[in-house]
Amino acid sequence: MRGKPRRSASLSFNMWEQIRANRIKSVILVVAMGALLLALGYFLGLLFFDSETAGLAIALVGWAFMSLIAYFQGGSILLSVSGARKINKEDHPRLYNIVEEMKIASGLARMPDIYIIDDPALNAFATGRDENHASVAITSGLLQKLNRDELQGVIGHEMSHIKNRDVLLMSLLSVLLGTIVILAYYASRMLFYGGAGSRGGRRGGSQGGGGQIIILVVALVFMILAPIAAQLIYFAVSRKREYLADASSALYTRYPAGLASALEKLATSNTHVSTANKATAPMYISNPLQKKGASIESLTATHPPIAERVRILRAMGGASMVDYERAYEKVKGRTGPVPASALAGAGAVGLRPASAEALQPGLGESEIERARETSDLMWRMNRYHTITCSGCGTKLRLPPSYDEDSVRCPHCGTVNPV
Amino acid sequence: MNVGLWVLIGVIVVLALIMVGMYNSLVGLRNQVKNAWAQIDVQLKRRYDLIPNLVETVRGYMKHERETLEAVTKARNVAAGASSAGVGERSKLEGELSGALARLLVVVERYPDLKANQNFLALQEELTSTENKISFSRQFYNDSVLRYNNKTQMFPSNMMASMFGFKQGEFFEVKLEHEREAPKVSFA
Repeated sequence: MRGKPRRSASLSFNMWEQIRANRIKSVILVVAMGALLLALGYFLGLLFFDSETAGLAIALVGWAFMSLIAYFQGGSILLSVSGARKINKEDHPRLYNIVEEMKIASGLARMPDIYIIDDPALNAFATGRDENHASVAITSGLLQKLNRDELQGVIGHEMSHIKNRDVLLMSLLSVLLGTIVILAYYASRMLFYGGAGSRGGRRGGSQGGGGQIIILVVALVFMILAPIAAQLIYFAVSRKREYLADASSALYTRYPAGLASALEKLATSNTHVSTANKATAPMYISNPLQKKGASIESLTATHPPIAERVRILRAMGGASMVDYERAYEKVKGRTGPVPASALAGAGAVGLRPASAEALQPGLGESEIERARETSDLMWRMNRYHTITCSGCGTKLRLPPSYDEDSVRCPHCGTVNPV
Repeated sequence: MNVGLWVLIGVIVVLALIMVGMYNSLVGLRNQVKNAWAQIDVQLKRRYDLIPNLVETVRGYMKHERETLEAVTKARNVAAGASSAGVGERSKLEGELSGALARLLVVVERYPDLKANQNFLALQEELTSTENKISFSRQFYNDSVLRYNNKTQMFPSNMMASMFGFKQGEFFEVKLEHEREAPKVSFA
């Protein structure tokens, strides 16, 4: 796309430029995918109904219908499919604070809603069509395993998906992709179980047999190629956005090492989220369908390999977009994902030091404390009542259905009032 | 009417549209700077509110640290009193407050009882986060000022800026060296 890597320009950043460049590219992509869909509809209409308008109409109506659902309901569908539950500040002050910190750093207009997914896997995603309808969701496993700096990096990454309107783009693209795949699928069914052949004769007079065959061939090619092409575009966008979100996270936090360390933890643990599926996968910070291992950047991967993302983040000498671009070039040996317009401007961006707890793991909250905190939160979210035994201090968890006035501690035998 | 006149009208309309666009984007950027400044204010006020609580909680445990506590209270009152001062003056006062707070939180380390106090731990989380939020809102403010200043200085929008009196924004700078470490509540 661009020529040589720019090493001049008194190194700076400009996230707004990047957002604007993104927006233009997004519109082009959606239009291109839309054109693909309409072309498919056109040829299928010719093939099956002898009328290109019928095919176009079916494609358009299907697309519009699904897009409207995705636009207005996409976020809540995704959250409810993932079994995510909303939390307030009182439920987990630290998480809430970190999200608010990143909200401020990114200049987001409204505080996003925070959701927890009860899953030991380490993963997170963001939803919402714009800044005013945004949510971030993270798994309880992530909340337990990551320290403050790491969590900040992950939330910064999610925040930039919202800020860059990636979520909207991805949901519009996935709807288009879905419509193309469904159309092609049903068309191939109809073709193989007889539908097109019998109608061919009527049109034959005006166009000739050759024309009919050409239409058939073109329609066939489209049916096979359209879903593949759509998928490739979709995945390419997805991976590039991941790199850009990493770069923005580094810029927001001024601390790429935090996200790098979080990603390392993600890499060595399971990111497989049981409620995720193919449609929701690109929304997550790390591929939720992948069990473990797998490091080759294949064309159909929704996410770049974690090890590479970590290497780039670790190679950053500052926190700006330019620093990310340079680190990317150093690690991958080719031009990075940051658009040229985002690299113009002035002013270098320094890194901040690690927070105290990250430097000395013994200080601040430890992983054991975080585990306890998270499990308390999960019990509370499942409406379990926790009381501490007055005799021995054991924590007793009472299910929501428990309706007795008192409970006998199984440990020391003390009867505690509920 | 002849073609030349239409072309002339067309050129004038396009130029006017470009100028309107430039003016509007300047106003938008200036408002963003103002808004970002208001965000810093929100966080600074939050810190003023937290400090009396913190001092109250800590006082019972720290009999021998009156000086440190008084320094924090004093810095807080001075900074809160100057809330309508200019950007430069405020940066300095807030820097001093951050420094006093950092010293207090270092001293806290000598009192293990305090670190077991749930109330104190909750306050400490709030304070840590408020310090972060201050530095993040300052960061966003400075980013906004940079963008606004670029627009007022670069051609051709600088002509609009000088015509309608768009002044340069002032960066919120960290004046004191020790304040750089302050945002992290460090117990090292």
